[in-house]
Amino acid sequence: MRSLIAGFIALALSIPAAVQAQELTIYSGRGEALIGPVIKKFEEDTGIKANVRYAGTAELATLLQEEGDQSPADVFWAQDGGALGAIAPLFADLPPEMNQGVAEAFRNVNNKWVPTSGRSRVLVYSKERVQEADLPASIDDLTDPKYKGKVAWAPTNGSFQAFVTAYRVANGDDAAKKWLEGMIANEAKVYKNNGAQIEGIANGEVDFGLVNNYYLGRYLATDPDYPVAMTHFKAGDIGNLLNVAGAGIVKASDNQENAKKFLEYLLSPVAQQYITLQGNEYPVIPGLIVNTTLESFATVQEISPKIDIDQISDLEGTLALLREVGLL
Amino acid sequence: MLASSRASQKRRPHLFLLVPAVIVAVGMLLPFVYLVARSLEADAATLAEIVFRERNLLLLRNTLALTLGVLLMTTLIALPLAWLVVRSDLKFKKFHATMGVLPLAVPGYVMAYALIGLSGYYGFASHFFGIRLPRPEGLTGSVLALSLYTFPYLFLNLRASLLGLDPGLEETARSLGRTPWQTFFAVVVPHLVPALLSGWLVIGLYVLGDFGVIALMRYEVFSYAIYTQYSGAFDRVYAAWLSLMLMAVTLSFILIEARLRGRRYVRTGKGAARRAAPIPLGRARPLVWLFLTSVYIASIGLPLMVLSYWIWRAGPLVDPGEVATAFYRTALVAVPAALIAISLAVPVVYLTVRFPSPASSALDRLVYLGYAVPPLAFALSMAFFALRAAPWLYQTATLLIFAYVMTFLALAIGPVRSRLLQIGPRYEEVSRSLGHGPFASFMLTTFPLLRTSMLSGALLVFIMIVKELPITFLLAPIGYSTLATTVFSRTSEGMMAEAAPHALMIVLFSSLFVGLILRHEGRR
Repeated sequence: MRSLIAGFIALALSIPAAVQAQELTIYSGRGEALIGPVIKKFEEDTGIKANVRYAGTAELATLLQEEGDQSPADVFWAQDGGALGAIAPLFADLPPEMNQGVAEAFRNVNNKWVPTSGRSRVLVYSKERVQEADLPASIDDLTDPKYKGKVAWAPTNGSFQAFVTAYRVANGDDAAKKWLEGMIANEAKVYKNNGAQIEGIANGEVDFGLVNNYYLGRYLATDPDYPVAMTHFKAGDIGNLLNVAGAGIVKASDNQENAKKFLEYLLSPVAQQYITLQGNEYPVIPGLIVNTTLESFATVQEISPKIDIDQISDLEGTLALLREVGLL
Repeated sequence: MLASSRASQKRRPHLFLLVPAVIVAVGMLLPFVYLVARSLEADAATLAEIVFRERNLLLLRNTLALTLGVLLMTTLIALPLAWLVVRSDLKFKKFHATMGVLPLAVPGYVMAYALIGLSGYYGFASHFFGIRLPRPEGLTGSVLALSLYTFPYLFLNLRASLLGLDPGLEETARSLGRTPWQTFFAVVVPHLVPALLSGWLVIGLYVLGDFGVIALMRYEVFSYAIYTQYSGAFDRVYAAWLSLMLMAVTLSFILIEARLRGRRYVRTGKGAARRAAPIPLGRARPLVWLFLTSVYIASIGLPLMVLSYWIWRAGPLVDPGEVATAFYRTALVAVPAALIAISLAVPVVYLTVRFPSPASSALDRLVYLGYAVPPLAFALSMAFFALRAAPWLYQTATLLIFAYVMTFLALAIGPVRSRLLQIGPRYEEVSRSLGHGPFASFMLTTFPLLRTSMLSGALLVFIMIVKELPITFLLAPIGYSTLATTVFSRTSEGMMAEAAPHALMIVLFSSLFVGLILRHEGRR
């Protein structure tokens, strides 16, 4: 019995932790179910071994800050722009050529990170209870009394907070506060995240939700009759905000050459095609086969507001505003 | 018969006791030191804005309401269940005892999804019965979800206490003219107080720290504010302040429990305690069966039903090889951690029970600290210290095991302490008087009696580790996936159906071990 215990402990303690220098260490906020195949293909095509730590984007971001220049990570792949902005001081500068092939709407002008996919904010609504005439033209319309108690939102969600930042950048802090207070007065219902909002509509709890474009596709894939549909606001409305997921190279990395190869791989047609078809997100390079559940890229560029993505990674002011109105 | 604990304990505790105590004390203080270090980086203005604001008071009030609700509900389930299993003439006691402990295997997020999944458009009830049930949410939804998988901890404590009670006390009360109900409240319940208190403490601390369930139920509590700081603001300084505030609340819980527990230890009289005669249920039997069935369906049946339903809808998307590897890896860190936890728990409990002093009282409180620290803050504190003191330990299995031990030690302490209090020092005193040394006396007399409670403690720690997530995905060696991180990897991309088979695996595998807790306890 005692030797069994000792054996177990010895076995556990001998689990190797050291990673070889030639191997790439990636901290990924994106889930293994989606990007695991991308990583595998990268290893096959380049011969570089990749070790991935899968966890939440926020948790990994705080871990990276805690590790500082002792971080074992080479690359950080984040789910949303907010994390990329927060971690930007820890990223190494990228060669400007990397961002060249990327569509202009997504580019990171400071060359601290590269976008790997785009996601737009959309309005989801109930197919059963909402008529076309009821659809709001602008996101500001949702503060109208006819939508009282019918709209869902998720104030703790990173994409929503990025949207609020964009609203502040586009229309000013006072207008943003007015909109938030208007929505609260209109009894907008708080949900934990985007998926929960869509389910809330299907369950009849609310009629509208503010989510990212790729969620509905996942529900429709398993059930084409799912009673929720999506649409966008009028062209140029701030409610159509285009955001990104992206990756950067950690400054503390001693493997920057391989890290650069990885980022270039993520921008290659192979990886981009996979991400758009499997993940329902917008590719960042032109010339690929379009995912049928998505709007064409031209449409998206036309309807989305012209905002500099770097500006919407400033979260401090947004969080302060959300706290001020009592949402956080 | 009551006996004072001070008695003749003027000797110094042996090194065997002091070394583990010091290890535990240091391990518990590390996260606290980290949080204080981070909080010193704050500036007063932002502090006022983020930490000292009215909304935080509201969140705190919600947290306390939630905790009280859960403590009430778990007691309403666990106390009758424990009494029925130990004292009544219920048939198939083994089965009922197992069902009372099985919900421990269910991870919190699974229970919450199960309750939610019962209702609504895609709900189980909608599909099979055509009724769209209202979604459980808010305070009631959170209390329900949390109680249904935390009550087993209280059940275990109460059952162990009831088994160790000398029926002579109750018979004396009856012979003096008390009715059965009066006897129960006057004699039995006071003896259950230590078990109740330690069970409430563990459950209460768990509820204070929970974020997953309350987020799904859309009920805003204090841990919400902490999580938002870490995840929304990517901030560690004000999150540290909020964590310290939460720990102040948990400290007050700990101090209240210690004060209520008091220093009077309950002991059986001279001679051996008999087993009490089973009390017949008579006409109450159908009611009892109704109660039991509802509890079992809600706590086990529901999660299993909903998980199986999701799997049936989504089709088999699970790769058995992958699941087996994940399970093997989980066990490989969970088993050593559970064993180390119990080996530290026994000396610490012995020290605090047999050598009362201000230092051992402090240690008694300190062991709960690891459990009280929010898991994300705990993981960051381990990273902080490892990177500064021993970088080669960082993100190794060793550090992960150490983190698990310190976080869940409090769970191992409970059963062992209750049992040691019941055993009392008499056997060791007799052995000493026969010429054996203190250590030999302990091993010869008390240790064999402690074995079953040690097994319970170790298994409790093991099951919690199998479900654990935030510490694992930050501190595990890279590429080392456990069952829980595999579930997370799928749910983070919104692929709930793909996550279901893995979540089911966690429940099934944990259930196997849960069954073990009772198998050994039965042999007394």
